Amino acid sequence: MNTGSNTGRNADDRGEPFAIEARGLSKRFGSLLAVDSLDLRVPRAQIYGFLGPNGSGKSTTIRMLCGLLEPSSGGATVLGLDVPGDARALKPRIGYMTQKFSLYADLTVLENLEFIADIYAVPRAGRDARIEEMLETYDLVEQRRQLAGTMSGGQKQRLALACAVLHRPELLLLDEPTSAVDPKSRRDFWAKLFALAEGGTTILVSTHYMDEAERCHRLAILDRGRKVADGAPAELQDGTGMSVIEVTAEDPFHAQEALAGRDEVVSVTQLGIRLRVLVPQRIPNALALVQDELERRGIDADCRLVRPSLEDVFVAVTQPARPAEAA
Amino acid sequence: MTGPRRLLAVMQKEFRQLRRDRITFGMIVGIPVIQILLFGYAINFDVRNLDAAVADQAGTQRSRQFVDELEQTQVMRISAAVATPAELEDRLRRGEIAVGIHVPADFERRILDPTRPAAHLLVDGADPTILGIVNQLANMPIGNDSRPPGRPQRSLEVRPYYNPEGRTAVNVVPGLIGIILTLTMMLFTAVAIVREREHGNLELLINTPVSTTQLMIGKIVPYILIGLIQLALIVGVGKLLFDVPVRGSVVDLYVAAAAFIAANLALGLFLSTVARSQFQAMQLTFFILLPSILLSGFVFPFDGMPPLAQWLGELLPNTHFIRLTRGIMLREATVAELYPEFLALVVFTVVAMIFAIRRFSRRLD
Repeated sequence: MNTGSNTGRNADDRGEPFAIEARGLSKRFGSLLAVDSLDLRVPRAQIYGFLGPNGSGKSTTIRMLCGLLEPSSGGATVLGLDVPGDARALKPRIGYMTQKFSLYADLTVLENLEFIADIYAVPRAGRDARIEEMLETYDLVEQRRQLAGTMSGGQKQRLALACAVLHRPELLLLDEPTSAVDPKSRRDFWAKLFALAEGGTTILVSTHYMDEAERCHRLAILDRGRKVADGAPAELQDGTGMSVIEVTAEDPFHAQEALAGRDEVVSVTQLGIRLRVLVPQRIPNALALVQDELERRGIDADCRLVRPSLEDVFVAVTQPARPAEAA
Repeated sequence: MTGPRRLLAVMQKEFRQLRRDRITFGMIVGIPVIQILLFGYAINFDVRNLDAAVADQAGTQRSRQFVDELEQTQVMRISAAVATPAELEDRLRRGEIAVGIHVPADFERRILDPTRPAAHLLVDGADPTILGIVNQLANMPIGNDSRPPGRPQRSLEVRPYYNPEGRTAVNVVPGLIGIILTLTMMLFTAVAIVREREHGNLELLINTPVSTTQLMIGKIVPYILIGLIQLALIVGVGKLLFDVPVRGSVVDLYVAAAAFIAANLALGLFLSTVARSQFQAMQLTFFILLPSILLSGFVFPFDGMPPLAQWLGELLPNTHFIRLTRGIMLREATVAELYPEFLALVVFTVVAMIFAIRRFSRRLD
């Protein structure tokens, strides 16, 4: 059983250690290369994140993984099945939550759940009990007779998740599930995802929120169709190859101007009155460099070395590549 | 046994959505009733009460009697009397009258001379139907006692079967069933798949284990029932208001209609897989509807159409259905006697359904 996987930790007893394995997965729409030779390994029973801006290829990748789009080249094995070849056999085993609400707005919450239960042929004997369980787990008991189209963003999202997990799929594919909901609903939603992962479900979730990405067990950062980094959030934070200096200044605008002028500085991002300055680790004594530069310009500032955040990772890996740089 | 369950789930969903869609629900009843009232009352090939004016230059008792007899045919209603034929022409040109009756001053002498017409009818010949009817009037004898002995007898006698009174409604209503069902059935299903695509439901649906065949059949079965309800409505209103008979078996009529409804639904589903938006789906529906009205034998007698038009007409379900309904409702024919028409509908349904299922993509690219 030991396939010598480098992550090892989640090789379970189902056969394949990975729920998803993609090799050189690519998708071209005309002249646009939406996904470019993506290699991917998603361990079982984990929450795996896709972090990237709009147009980075997150949705296209998810659609290829569930067989909705045919890869232009490369391929993937999902739950041991080839996609898109074995997509039919795969469908009963996965749950998919589309980016846009895709349940029937003119059916009630209960009717939508009944429809999904019948389509997935959830055993008749346990059907109603399972639906009841979904209503309770996803806090929709009071909305059961409400038309889905009249619900709030958070309620719709809970219904969509309930419908996606109703048939107990082994793998959940969630395409930006929290893009239309408030922060409180987002927190609750993630609690549900952790509960599902705890129960053994593998979850692939795409997002453009840093705080959500940070919650994933592992994540891949996508930029213009390419995977620019992947690993556990902590690994990524420690492996940027960047020193991050946080500068607190009275006049952040001029401080930014001053620092952006230095060749050694990769990027300067302003957060309120603070700046986050990225300097490659190969430059010795980055903190002194920043302090000296600000002092030379007569800008009063407080500088300190900090641990890179996920946002710093994102900024670092999406910078144009430099020859001397290695993560 | 998951197949039938999925099929039932799709059907149940369609019914539930339909129940909440008040406009569509209204159309199910509204379109047939409004159409049959419009067609039944307004579309009338019986020519009656044409506006006419008379220029009686003879002014004798017999000429007045002649004009009275013309009016009694009910083809025309004399609204004015003028002095000269020139005035008749004038009114004709201004569109005030459709027929002008000119009785020449020498009317009395003319009726005794079989070689000369006794009077003139000036007709706006732009409408061939009016011209045809007025032409028939030309054979009207003038006064029972004044029939010239040498007048030729008609060589052929026409005996109208099935619609002896020549009422338009009797012919129009059976054809109208086809037009109404084509319109509503195709419209409902043509938007069916496109609507799910536009609302985003399709992306979810094609990711579930439901098969294309289950989805397609589940979508058309509820509408077959609706089509049969519409049929009952049209036949009922036709009988009640226009005294249109159903001389053949009602069961046969329903069997024929079920095949025809299925053909239209399958065609609608096919259009739905072609169209990219609901608007396009509607346009495609009308693209099929117009030939269904014009080339099916509904408006023009099928045998009189040019060969190409007949050939195109044979491809339309409505052509076959109109032959079936007219046969069953008016001539007491059975579906068994008209089996080629019935078979044509079944073949059409199967072919359209196969095309629809094959064209329906389970992918997004």
